[in-house]
Amino acid sequence: MTEIRIRVNGVAEALDVEPRVSLLDALRDHLGLTGPKKGCDQGACGACTVLADGVRINACLALAVQYADTEITTIEGIAKDGNTHPLQDAFVRHDGFQCGYCTSGQICSAVAMLREHAAGMPSAVTEPDDPGELDETEIRERMSGNLCRCGAYNGIVDAIKDVAAQGAS
Amino acid sequence: MSTKRVETAEKYVGRPIDRLDGAAKTTGEARFAAEHRFPGLAHAALVHAAIPRGRVIAVDDAAARAVPGVIDVLTHENAPAMKPARKPSMMDISSMVSGTSVNYLATDEVHWNGQPMAVVVAETPEAARYAASLVRLTYQELPARVDFAAEEPNAVPQKSSMIFEAKADKGDAIAALAAAPASVDLRFTTPPHSHNAIEPHATIAVWDGDRLTVHEGSQGLAWMRKHLSFRFGVPEQGIRMLSPFVGGGFGGKGSVWAGTLLAVLAARATGRPVRLALTREGVYHTVGGRTPSTQRVALGARADGAMTALVHTSVSRTGRVGGGPESITSASRHLYAAENIHLRQNIVELDLLPNTFMRAPGESIGTFGLESAVDELAWELGMDPIELRRRNEPERDPVSGVPFAHRMLREAYELGAERFGWSERVPEAGAMRDGRWLVGMGVATAYHPSMRMMAHVAVRLSADGGVVVRCGFHEMGMGAATAQAQIAADELGVPLEAVRVEYGDTDLPPGPIAGGSTQTASVAASLIDACAKLKRSVHALARRAPGSPLRGRRLEELTARDGGLHHAGGGETYAEILTRAGRDHLETETKAGTLGFMVRMLRDRRRYVKAASGAHFCEVRVDRDTGEVRVSRWLGVFDIGRVINAKTAASQLRGGIVMGIGLALTEETQIDHRTGRVVNASLADYHVPVHADVPHIDVHCLDDPDPTMPLGLVGVGEVGITGVGAAVANAVRHATGKRVLDLPITLDKLL
Repeated sequence: MTEIRIRVNGVAEALDVEPRVSLLDALRDHLGLTGPKKGCDQGACGACTVLADGVRINACLALAVQYADTEITTIEGIAKDGNTHPLQDAFVRHDGFQCGYCTSGQICSAVAMLREHAAGMPSAVTEPDDPGELDETEIRERMSGNLCRCGAYNGIVDAIKDVAAQGAS
Repeated sequence: MSTKRVETAEKYVGRPIDRLDGAAKTTGEARFAAEHRFPGLAHAALVHAAIPRGRVIAVDDAAARAVPGVIDVLTHENAPAMKPARKPSMMDISSMVSGTSVNYLATDEVHWNGQPMAVVVAETPEAARYAASLVRLTYQELPARVDFAAEEPNAVPQKSSMIFEAKADKGDAIAALAAAPASVDLRFTTPPHSHNAIEPHATIAVWDGDRLTVHEGSQGLAWMRKHLSFRFGVPEQGIRMLSPFVGGGFGGKGSVWAGTLLAVLAARATGRPVRLALTREGVYHTVGGRTPSTQRVALGARADGAMTALVHTSVSRTGRVGGGPESITSASRHLYAAENIHLRQNIVELDLLPNTFMRAPGESIGTFGLESAVDELAWELGMDPIELRRRNEPERDPVSGVPFAHRMLREAYELGAERFGWSERVPEAGAMRDGRWLVGMGVATAYHPSMRMMAHVAVRLSADGGVVVRCGFHEMGMGAATAQAQIAADELGVPLEAVRVEYGDTDLPPGPIAGGSTQTASVAASLIDACAKLKRSVHALARRAPGSPLRGRRLEELTARDGGLHHAGGGETYAEILTRAGRDHLETETKAGTLGFMVRMLRDRRRYVKAASGAHFCEVRVDRDTGEVRVSRWLGVFDIGRVINAKTAASQLRGGIVMGIGLALTEETQIDHRTGRVVNASLADYHVPVHADVPHIDVHCLDDPDPTMPLGLVGVGEVGITGVGAAVANAVRHATGKRVLDLPITLDKLL
């Protein structure tokens, strides 16, 4: 067992975990934060997406011990000061989910994606002289690591577009 | 809420209401099956057979048992007994929810590559998983038949059942085909598919003496409970199954598969609460998927397009230890006014994990064959494919002669053509280009039969004006609870906020299975009955009450609105009526008898042909150098009767189209034809559509009630995927001139 300190959603947590325990299992089974989901446990579906120091990662591909002294944000910590994040409301308004199992990952991923875009990070579909507008093609490309089997993609893209247009992220 | 009157002028049914579980699902609050915590919870992992058929002759679990934290290793040598599954019978539908007939851990027999042969139970999931990898099984292998393509010629005719007929004949289609001035005769293949709900199946089983609690994402709670009661020899009433959130089902969570049984068995054997969360690979190895198929579709027509012959035959597979036939030719029975029709379905049994229902079983792949062939006939005739369909639109059901309950395919195509800009389609193949992209436009018809199942619904009206609807139905993302809340609010004339819907729990009155696109209509019918009964009870309290504005009024004169019953000259709220009568609440429950229900359903089927239907319009772009296919535009115009919730209905239809785009372009469960092992058992290797694969999908519902269905609504879960494969293939044919007969349409088939 290894003792680590980790900050999750602004709260300092002490964890005593085996080195082989994934960050995802640590969050779900040890801390009871079941918002991040396990869809494949091998980095293929994105349902486990959380933010590590603001950067989106697949928590299933991360070992908890690697993230000692890191600030982790899960879907449970996306809301600020008791107010839901604009993306959470937009997902409901645009019906950006059905079963809800991929939703935590989609929202966390979108939060970080908007920041990446704002920071000027290009994607595979960004042309070299692209002015950087976040159009549907860009959103789809940048969100393609998050699978939704219910097929709520249209609603998800609409929700992200809506929030991006409001300038909130 | 109190006794205040709340205006409910506008009906809720039809409106695009946000999902009631939206907050729970967007904040991470929603707890799925694997996410419940119990003191002393142990974790189980499966050991899968590595041969397709044979026996386990030796088990070496020493290394596994030596792993710290391992509680037990269960195999056929030491596991407690479970009763074998009952033979499937239509008289007891719960007998049909057994995914396979294998009595896991009670037998050393291996029936498919991947069958669970041992279960490791440990203190942590990590220990269980590691120990499972150390269990060594020695096999005596037997010859196995696992290659569908090789065995397909040995298929035998499928037997017809009470619900699904396996063949149909009208006239002599074979002779008519030979004599037809124009004809096509095509052979299609479709591969196996996997549901791949993003939530892998997970079970938590907790025993307390003979009482059992099971947390599991399920599409069929009542039948599953009955099945578990039989397998474990305990009373049904002592079992509670909870399934408030289901992380996608698509048919894959409608039967009892190994994981459920083995979690319950392991909990009983170890005396611990046990969680068995399948790995993604474990889902592929233990939960059946869609059968592959071969199909022959041959069409004959006169020069004016009138069909003289429609031949559709199919082969699908089951497992030797379970699985069922699919109505692959179902749409061919209902879509075209061909003078002669010949339909046959055949089955081959293989030593593979049995197939199971997956979104629109039969129709999703059957419409690929039929609607591709109709398109090819249009090319043969030099006729517009919409015009060809219009000319062959039947007035009555072509085979049975029974009237359609509701049919709006002409309207769907007309509206769709206009909205999609079909007139801009250049008829010649390969004639539309956009730089390096070859652009193609295709259409295909969507069709899915409509049915109803039994549902028991209780409705409680409280003196504070609150309404609780209770029914053990299932919410896998369809928006089921939201739709039923809208219906209850309208029926009782209360604000939506006053309605709470309880579901996903066997402690509630039993709901229908969430399958066959039947749930909404089934629950709605009983809910409407229950609300009517409740209004009668309320009326009975008010009509003799001195001082009530409803005194002496007949129920027929009254309207349920504004939180109570009203007539032109006045009225009062439910709260006022109940409070005056000194009643805390009123409650009613509808109960339907199985036999009576089945008789009525079968009689109804002889009177009308009922279905959801629609017209898909697809535009693709095909890279002229690489053969890469991109779906660039989509429109679906649907006849789903009355729309209950415009937002969630459109989402469900879109979801079907998205899964259909996967079926068309990328999805295939690849099975090693030597060993029977699924070789792409992961989401990295089985390609479901991602964001970048899905364009904006325009969905339009005609919203015209089917007069034979409750509220005029027809199920919407499956019709969306039907026809999609063909719409894509037909667009690709238009773009490239190539007719792809074998799904998925990967780029190698276009080069």
